[in-house]
Amino acid sequence: MNRRIAITGIGVRAPGGGNAKEFWKLISSGTSAIRTISLFDASGHRSRIAGECDFDPVAEGLSAQEIRRMDRSAQLAVAATREAVADAGLDLAETDPHRCGVSVGSAIGGTMSLDREYNVLSDGGRKWLLDHEYAVPHLYNYLVPTSIAADVAWTAGAEGPVSLVSTGCTAGIESVSHAARLIREGSADVMLAGGSDASVSPICVACFDAIKATTPRNDEPATASRPFDRSRNGFVLAEGSAMLVLEELNHARARGAHIYAEIGGWDVRANAYHMTGLRTEGAELAKAIEVALRMAGRVPDQVDYVNAHGSGTKQNDSHETDAFKRSLGDHAYRTPVSSIKSMIGHSLGAIGSIEIAACAMAIEAGLVPPTANLHEPDPELGLDYVPLTARQADLRTVLKVGSGFGGFQSAMVLTKGGSDE
Amino acid sequence: MSRAVPGSDDGTTPAPPRAVITGIGVVAPNGFDADEYWDAVLHGRGGIDRITRFDPAQYPATLAGEVPDYDVRAYIPSRLVPQTDQTTRLVLIAADAAVRDSALDPTALPDDQVGIVTGLSAGGLEYSQRELEKLWSLGSDHVSAYLSFSWFYAVNTGQISIRHGWHGPGGVLTGNTSGLDAMAQARRYVADGLPVVMCGAVESAMCPLGLTIELTTGHMSTVDDRTRAYLPFDTAASGYVPGEGGAMVVVEEVGHANGRGVQPYCEIAGYATTFDPRPGSAREPGLRRAIESALSDAGVTPAEVDVVFADAAGVGTLDRAEATAVTAVFGPRGVPVTAPKTMTGRLYSGGPALDVATASLSMRHGVIPPMINVTDPVRSDQLDLVLGRPRETTVSTALVLARSDGINSAMVLKAV
Repeated sequence: MNRRIAITGIGVRAPGGGNAKEFWKLISSGTSAIRTISLFDASGHRSRIAGECDFDPVAEGLSAQEIRRMDRSAQLAVAATREAVADAGLDLAETDPHRCGVSVGSAIGGTMSLDREYNVLSDGGRKWLLDHEYAVPHLYNYLVPTSIAADVAWTAGAEGPVSLVSTGCTAGIESVSHAARLIREGSADVMLAGGSDASVSPICVACFDAIKATTPRNDEPATASRPFDRSRNGFVLAEGSAMLVLEELNHARARGAHIYAEIGGWDVRANAYHMTGLRTEGAELAKAIEVALRMAGRVPDQVDYVNAHGSGTKQNDSHETDAFKRSLGDHAYRTPVSSIKSMIGHSLGAIGSIEIAACAMAIEAGLVPPTANLHEPDPELGLDYVPLTARQADLRTVLKVGSGFGGFQSAMVLTKGGSDE
Repeated sequence: MSRAVPGSDDGTTPAPPRAVITGIGVVAPNGFDADEYWDAVLHGRGGIDRITRFDPAQYPATLAGEVPDYDVRAYIPSRLVPQTDQTTRLVLIAADAAVRDSALDPTALPDDQVGIVTGLSAGGLEYSQRELEKLWSLGSDHVSAYLSFSWFYAVNTGQISIRHGWHGPGGVLTGNTSGLDAMAQARRYVADGLPVVMCGAVESAMCPLGLTIELTTGHMSTVDDRTRAYLPFDTAASGYVPGEGGAMVVVEEVGHANGRGVQPYCEIAGYATTFDPRPGSAREPGLRRAIESALSDAGVTPAEVDVVFADAAGVGTLDRAEATAVTAVFGPRGVPVTAPKTMTGRLYSGGPALDVATASLSMRHGVIPPMINVTDPVRSDQLDLVLGRPRETTVSTALVLARSDGINSAMVLKAV
């Protein structure tokens, strides 16, 4: 008998939502949280809008030293972890630390702090030989992203396997997959799993400016992210974190925990094609979907909802739509597909976990969150992208997909929890 | 970790497929390929010297293990040169070498049957420092279109996938234990049914930003005599010296390797990773538990282990903690302990991957390579250190240890 994996706790710090409840309220109402960048002066950048979190580390209860030690990505993850642990009703004193692990996904780690400190060390980019005496003591934490996972582990008292997974923009799916794998193989009973990225920094915005991946629709932030719409022209950068408590099903049942959903299957593929580009036919993503469904013991016709990558680029829209048609066959045309990036933007290595949280909450609520800003679906695509308004549905099997720089194509299958079917 | 094999309760499910190492690619400060490197470690030839990549005169630490200069264009397609950091170039070189060493014909496999897992700590850092300089001195519109993927931690898995046309499962782990963790992940892929996985870690952070950041750890040696700077387990230990390099290996399902008549170096037989208690806690650090769990995962007793490749931090407190953990498992002087990294410096994520390659060569050649420069061991009653000269002996089981940032990883390799 395979060890099964239950989601028993959810914590979210996302644009427009200071906790999981607020986040769900936002995305189920089809409201956008995208705004003009306020975290730094972005006036010199091509793209000047983003999904920013209203995040106050002091109000979150982080101490002065914790705030100094942690990049914003770690602060977001720790806050989300605390919420997830409380939501799961997990008594850490009653949990064996050796059987509790951490798996966090992040695409860019402590880049925000590294960027800021580099500016000081180089005196505004003037010195190649940096002045080491201006270095802050926690600079190493900002470079090596494992520090984020370490802070989550200290928060949860975890002493089992701890890792930071970094498969680009699919890292938030991969980290949860990795955690699920560790529970399934018996290496842990409880995993804090999720993702975090603090992407709204000068260097990160500049990176995506340089390849024109982000939308230049600066004058209309609320409607700038338009996945599957014929007028979409790039994604909107965002930040955030979601952390989940994953538990071996019997462990969760034994303590009477609430079960949002189960993680039934997962897979990730490299596309061997291009570091940033996608092949239209979506063969690798389709393969990942097929493998994940098979692992979950589901057939394509059972998929009730697809939470799309839906980043808002033309290339992605056709790539993943082709992958859905290829892997789900005719059923793809009958299945609601939506993108919450239309409301909260694309938070790189965090978004996959935020979207998995959304899937778990969608299963619980029996409600498919919509794709905001979708007024004129691209006629070349042809699937049901759930425009503007949420839709009630009994969700028993939900598919989550993601795709990222480096060519990563990920799929995960969530199932309605707890039953012995 | 106690590896609960799904379905094993009822006694009918066979054990998962075993993962063996069939190809090794090494890039190190004391050797640009595995043969050169192996010759160097057997002769105690180190690669640590004064930093040449930039002028280190203004910094308190001036030494590093730099990979020798090489003709980039002889190894890397010209199209890739402007879009890759030194780290990624060295990864591609090591991966190519590992494929050649394995004698694997990649075209003989369906391309979705080869997986890739890499580890990385710093990303393409020298490349990033140059682009950060442009951002802050010239403005955001001067930042390279390649930075979005040449810096980030996933770069190497992506570039290997493209170069070799492999579409299989891909993974990326981070931190200085990730060279080991990536290989453990490859073993999981094999257990799931994948015949071949390219895995490991090679890393470089030889730029002022890398050095400046490492200095903040307080664990770097500021001694400028290259034979006295990095002395793990020595009473004169003063910290570590950084280096660049690492290893990529081909991990293969044992039946697949047998089927093409290849003699593997060894099997990845056991693995575990643990995390230390919160700082200030009275609880025991996690290294001993990682060692014990890895041995149990491999089904071997401490007495069966022929050599330990130590983490060898070179920092007094960390060295003593490692000596305590090793002694707790193996007893006083119960197993030979070595640290060939005294010849290369600590290679970020690349270090433990290189240790696995070294252990594999050690098993094949029946000799334990030494650690160099250490003359006054701090716990000679506890640790049987392999000092100065290689030790000829049959090596059937090796244990490789890696620690960083609270993470303790341990891997058991067994002769096949």
